[in-house]
Amino acid sequence: MKVGLFIPCYINQLYPQVGIATLELLEKLGVDVDYPMGQTCCGQPLGNSGYEDDSKGICQLFVENFKTYDYIVGPSGSCVYHVKKHFDILEQTEDVKRVRKNTYELCQFIHDVLGKTHLGASFPYKVGIHKSCHGLRGLRLGSCSERMDTHYSTEEDLLKNVKGLELKTLKRVDECCGFGGTFSVFEEAISVKMGNDRIRDHIDSDVQVITGADHSCLMHLEGLINRNKQPLKVMHIAEILNSSI
Amino acid sequence: MAHADEAALFNKDESKVDWHDKALWFVRQKRDKSAHKVKGWETLRDLASAIKANVMSNLDNYLVQFEENAQKNGVTVHWAADAEEHNKIVHSILQQTNVKKVVKSKSMLTEECHLNPYLEANGIEVVDTDLGERIVQLAKEVPSHIVLPAIHKTKEEVDVLFQKHLGTKPSNGDPQYLTNEARKHLRDKFLKADAAITGVNFAVADTGGIVVCTNEGNADMGAHLAKVHIACMGMEKLIPQEKHLGIFLRLLARSATGQPITTYSSHFNKPAPGTEMHIVIVDNGRTEQLNREDFRASLHCIRCGACMNTCPIYRRSGGHSYKATIPGPIGSILSPGKDLTKHSDLPFASTLCGSCSDVCPVKINIHEQLYKWRQVIVKDVPQPVVKKTVLKIAGRVLANSKMYGFAGKSARFILKHAPRFVTYSKFNAWGEARDLPEVKDDNFDTWYKKRQKHE
Repeated sequence: MKVGLFIPCYINQLYPQVGIATLELLEKLGVDVDYPMGQTCCGQPLGNSGYEDDSKGICQLFVENFKTYDYIVGPSGSCVYHVKKHFDILEQTEDVKRVRKNTYELCQFIHDVLGKTHLGASFPYKVGIHKSCHGLRGLRLGSCSERMDTHYSTEEDLLKNVKGLELKTLKRVDECCGFGGTFSVFEEAISVKMGNDRIRDHIDSDVQVITGADHSCLMHLEGLINRNKQPLKVMHIAEILNSSI
Repeated sequence: MAHADEAALFNKDESKVDWHDKALWFVRQKRDKSAHKVKGWETLRDLASAIKANVMSNLDNYLVQFEENAQKNGVTVHWAADAEEHNKIVHSILQQTNVKKVVKSKSMLTEECHLNPYLEANGIEVVDTDLGERIVQLAKEVPSHIVLPAIHKTKEEVDVLFQKHLGTKPSNGDPQYLTNEARKHLRDKFLKADAAITGVNFAVADTGGIVVCTNEGNADMGAHLAKVHIACMGMEKLIPQEKHLGIFLRLLARSATGQPITTYSSHFNKPAPGTEMHIVIVDNGRTEQLNREDFRASLHCIRCGACMNTCPIYRRSGGHSYKATIPGPIGSILSPGKDLTKHSDLPFASTLCGSCSDVCPVKINIHEQLYKWRQVIVKDVPQPVVKKTVLKIAGRVLANSKMYGFAGKSARFILKHAPRFVTYSKFNAWGEARDLPEVKDDNFDTWYKKRQKHE
């Protein structure tokens, strides 16, 4: 099994430590991982802004970069969702269909494909999960509070087996943080209010570290936390699952 | 003013935003609890969605069948192509029956058609009898929510409003006192009305009957006391058979307020002896929406308002910020179909979180339609030059590995080395309330290349 590591553009440029943790974690789990150079972006920023047609070149490049792998794994739910859901704008060649089918969010890949939940990590802190919307309601990484299905959560399954980690329950378990890509600047007031409300919930729930499977939401929350000098740390779930403190 | 500006204005008073958010979240939680008690809730949603899809595919037949059966029951059926025709029809019925005073129970359709101002301009008194609607009518406002029209008002504000219009005593917003006073005031209006206008929640094709759901019994009170009953309905309100109510009535009230069923589910099948019953079936853009494959399912809506209660943006921006008769997520996919330019900001007033689609009792893919409208809007409505240019350039750069590598490096260099007053200027909306990420020495590409070398 050959896995192509998909590191979304903003993680590549701004959060290399998340990419590193993802790669190290997969290697630790015995996966044969390759990082195709020349990868850029999934096209989501354009699609969500209405410029889907201008993103076709980006999507095609993504397919070219990853078409030879058995699985494509990335640490960002919304980017993975974009590949799976919105690459319908491309001509559906065998390559395109295979790439869409085999692209996985990191936790989902570990949990569902590798079938592992005990990863040997330890992280002695109180942790709150931010369940990013595209992962939750797009990729169905877990049950959402709106639907009356049986409860399940991919991220919880993985974090519950981290030694020393105490998972905290929030008052609103899966409310959006207000990032939403360009929404964060074009609807700035609401975006900031939504983010601050999420952070307040984590603080009130005695959380020390906010984590999640989508670093774009975490970037937004971290920006607010740092500005307001709040006593919270933000880490991608790959960093926690890869740690042995 | 665009939604973002209205929302920013609403957010100036944070305690009010918190209050509004919590009030609606409370309703959402009530809905969750009540839906949890129904075994097979998700199956009910599937069934409701399938029935509505069937109705939309066969709407022409169901409409004709409904009309025939209603006529057999002694009901007069009218057809209105648009809002103007609807208003004219209602007015002409009132003229023919010599009506001067009308009581109206809740109907978003008549709001959509702006019936009240039309009738008032023609010398007819219209009193909204739903308590929430009466409140906004007295305040000369429009509903900010389709089920809870006055949810933007605190009880203290209602207290002041009632003192002015109903002559009540100051009560510190005592809900029981204020409701009682409203009841007395409305009782008088009911007794003096010559005609009652109601909306329609469900129109049953195979019986020709209609069902109106209220919690206050105001539709019944109006229709039973007046000699003329006019029911106004959008043409998408049909269901094939009466038995299907067993699905829709169970979903509607639970989704709307968390009640197992509305206090009154009133079935109107034919006029009582000595009275008249009219049904006005309105198109007003619905055929056009039905014609749009991507947006057809928006017509499945049963107007429960659950998507508003769950929407994190609606809860923090208030219904009036949408500047549309139907606010919130469902309004944001309906309104662009009516006037694309006017409502072109609405599909962007969302993070595409998808909560609306999962809460919707008839499974409308609301957030996917918001995404689709965005694609339509940037093509058909002139866009801000900067936004458009930036995204179009991004499309080129990100499709080219080398250009992307260079752009990434440059951006990181600027972020790392430019002085704070440059990166946090007024052009950077991100930085008004948020810090930018701290830039590391290497990006992932560089780190990976270095690691390859060392191996």
